[in-house]
Amino acid sequence: MAKIKSTGAKALLESLRREGVEIIFGYPGGAVIPLYDEIYHCEFLQHVLVRHEQGGGHMAEGYSHATGKVGVCIGTSGPGATNLVTAICDAMMDSIPMVAITGQVRTEVIGKDAFQEADITGITMPITKHNWLVKDVNDLPRVMHEAFHIARSGRPGPVLVDIPVDVFRAVVEYDPDEVENIEISSFKSDFKVHKVQVKRAAELIAQAKQPVLYVGGGAKAAGAEHLVQALAHKTGFPVTTTLHGLGAFPENDPLSLGMLGMHGTAYANLAVEHSDLLIAIGARFDDRVTGKVSSFAQNAKVIHFDIDPGEINKVRRADVSIVGNCAEALEALLPMVDETQDISEWRAQLDAWRTDMPLEFNDGANDGTLHAEWVIREIARLTDRNVVVTTDVGQHQMWAAQHFGMRSPRQFITSGGLGTMGFGLPAAIGASFGVGPDKDVWCISGDGSFQMCIQELIVATIYKLPVKIAILNNTFLGMVRQWQEMFWQKHYSSVDMERAPDFVKVAEAYGMLGLRCESVDDVEATIRKAMETEGPVLMDFRVVKETNVYPMIPSGQTVGDMIVRKPQQVEEPESTCHYQPRDTRMPVVDEVVDVAR
Amino acid sequence: MATAIAAQTHTITVLVDNRPGVLARVSGLFARRGYNIESLTVSITDNPNMSRMTIVVAGDADTLEQITKQLHKLIDVHKVFDYLDTPMLERELVLLKVQSEPERRAEILQLVEIFRGKVVDIAERAMVIEVTGGGDKIDSFEKQMETFGIRELVRTGRIAMMRGSRTV
Ligand SMILES: Cc1cc2nc3c(=O)[nH]c(=O)nc-3n(C[C@H](O)[C@H](O)[C@H](O)COP(=O)(O)OP(=O)(O)OC[C@H]3O[C@@H](n4cnc5c(N)ncnc54)[C@H](O)[C@@H]3O)c2cc1C
Ligand SMILES: Cc1ncc(C[n+]2csc(CCOP(=O)(O)OP(=O)(O)O)c2C)c(N)n1
Ligand SMILES: [Mg+2]
Repeated sequence: MAKIKSTGAKALLESLRREGVEIIFGYPGGAVIPLYDEIYHCEFLQHVLVRHEQGGGHMAEGYSHATGKVGVCIGTSGPGATNLVTAICDAMMDSIPMVAITGQVRTEVIGKDAFQEADITGITMPITKHNWLVKDVNDLPRVMHEAFHIARSGRPGPVLVDIPVDVFRAVVEYDPDEVENIEISSFKSDFKVHKVQVKRAAELIAQAKQPVLYVGGGAKAAGAEHLVQALAHKTGFPVTTTLHGLGAFPENDPLSLGMLGMHGTAYANLAVEHSDLLIAIGARFDDRVTGKVSSFAQNAKVIHFDIDPGEINKVRRADVSIVGNCAEALEALLPMVDETQDISEWRAQLDAWRTDMPLEFNDGANDGTLHAEWVIREIARLTDRNVVVTTDVGQHQMWAAQHFGMRSPRQFITSGGLGTMGFGLPAAIGASFGVGPDKDVWCISGDGSFQMCIQELIVATIYKLPVKIAILNNTFLGMVRQWQEMFWQKHYSSVDMERAPDFVKVAEAYGMLGLRCESVDDVEATIRKAMETEGPVLMDFRVVKETNVYPMIPSGQTVGDMIVRKPQQVEEPESTCHYQPRDTRMPVVDEVVDVAR
Repeated sequence: MATAIAAQTHTITVLVDNRPGVLARVSGLFARRGYNIESLTVSITDNPNMSRMTIVVAGDADTLEQITKQLHKLIDVHKVFDYLDTPMLERELVLLKVQSEPERRAEILQLVEIFRGKVVDIAERAMVIEVTGGGDKIDSFEKQMETFGIRELVRTGRIAMMRGSRTV
């Protein structure tokens, strides 16, 4: 194609069109006005005006997670850009493909502490896969395509393109076809799966007596869930997933052990502890999974599938490592594994653990109390699990992971690596734009987290999004309170959230239906009402205040230290801390090493 | 000949794009992942678009593996070479300003001779000496000079190259 002449701003939008971008989440300001002027005239693109750039970033993440596409967000120079930082870091930690576009001050005043100048490429260097400050408009079209390529290729992640305001206005003459053909010789992402390694993996699999499949977010990123299922069903191997792996394997499958790790099921953790072969598929041995690394799956050989060579041997040395897209690798592996392998003894052991130590919850039938776990189970039942779920961060997040019973990939969207409170609502909004008006998105939130991005409610109202927000209101920063109860002699320092806004009135003020549920008898009616109501609904579930998430393996400890359930009532009645409180203020030296990677 | 594994330090050569900000990306990676840099040099190469970094790092084999892999993930990094199985040459240069009372000059010059150094500047009570060589040689030259009184010292940090006809 011939060269065309356009402004930087117009060239940027042309690159978005060619990358298939349909929606962007942003907030204007001086440095991006020229871009917004182009957006004003643009027909292919929907721009969602968010209420805080952090919200825009999380919307882009939620959209990406729900659709598999690259999420795009915009902020102006200075504070607009720095407000994006949390979301960018969140996307980095959870490997979410995202392109953040920021305005910058005029090229001639860069470095002079100009008004609203922030060195955002410097700030985001460690939390992006790559970033660019584009000082020459001639570079802009190419950089935009490079940005999308890098964000989505290999291990996905965020990138940032910082563009001075004069570059948006400058004129560029370029061939839009040519700039699309990018080649970055120093960027390697298409690692070919090594056949020899696959064969070695098959050999280890054939010898295994007590195997476990340990499936993470990478399996979903690869779209490899059907292959994971095929492998499990062919071999009969049990499957545990990480927080981000939830949904890659249906939890109603008899082979499912649910989630492992700090708040995983007792039987998943015991299975891993006793396994002789751990097959990690797109999972990165996070410290919330391993606890004390030197004790994690001590007797197991490890097969590690990951697209990022840097993950291999980072935390746990692999006996066989298969670098590359795990979908491709599993495809190669499947024909090599045997379906007649007998692990019935192991399966019987797993069933025994499952029966002895099931996930526990209180449905309120005996004492009439309203528990968060029960609300989550009822949401799952009444929606037939045919919804997308986002969460915030805290106890409610862990209960959602434990009790919802995920069925399909891209169903569960949560902030795992960074653990960002405030993620849930904007992520739900982004996801809703992604999956469309016919599918409800449930945001399971906490009374603390919800107040961190509360301003985005109006976006749900304006677009009439079917976002159903369930605040599991325990009037506490519950997760922190749990740690204080268990490990800090119940010193409830700064975790009381009793003084909160009336969430029902907040909903009404933002133009949506607000419902309060104070009794276990009203749970079903409240959920049904939310489901029947068109558009967004906010529910304030007043749940029991001081309950803890179990099982729990305290930070940096081992399966042997797992607290499976609430300890039984013993002597000292005035304390609710019934077991030996462990003083985590003086950690053993190697614990510090384990977590300080 | 120096071996790469001695004393748990490793020499790595990194070929990077010759672009602003690249040094920050590389040094930032070392800082945030907690890798220890003993020395780092950057210079131009025969290709104007590329710079060559020589980094001396402290750490065990696992750390070196991680450093190499994490460096590869930086988009500006083209090549990382660790000399683990390759004989290499390494050199450093020192400029050393030593106290030189007239009556001790001869003694100093003799040592300079032994170390094949050069006197590059001389004043009434001081001279500047230039010595190149492996790190050990420079260490021991420094030690010799201590008895006269070192007034100032600057070392370039290590540069390295494979022996033989192969190139990085
Ligand atoms: C309060 C709280 C409690 C938590 N408790 C737990 C817990 O009990 N259990 C738990 O599991 N987590 C828990 N987490 C989450 C935890 O911190 C990590 O975020 C999570 O365990 C990481 O999941 P993952 O290993 O699946 O890796 P992800 O972060 O999802 O990373 C994906 C991996 O897959 C790789 N990959 C990507 N694409 C591909 C591909 N195409 N092919 C192959 N590989 C690919 C990537 O390189 C990466 O290594 C908790 C978080 C919070 C906030
Ligand atoms: C932005 C941010 N600040 C602080 C934390 C630390 N933190 C983790 S969980 C939690 C409490 C969350 O409270 P709430 O949202 O009410 O959830 P609950 O645990 O009560 O279910 C806090 C403060 C965090 N994860 N994110
Ligand atoms: Mg709470």
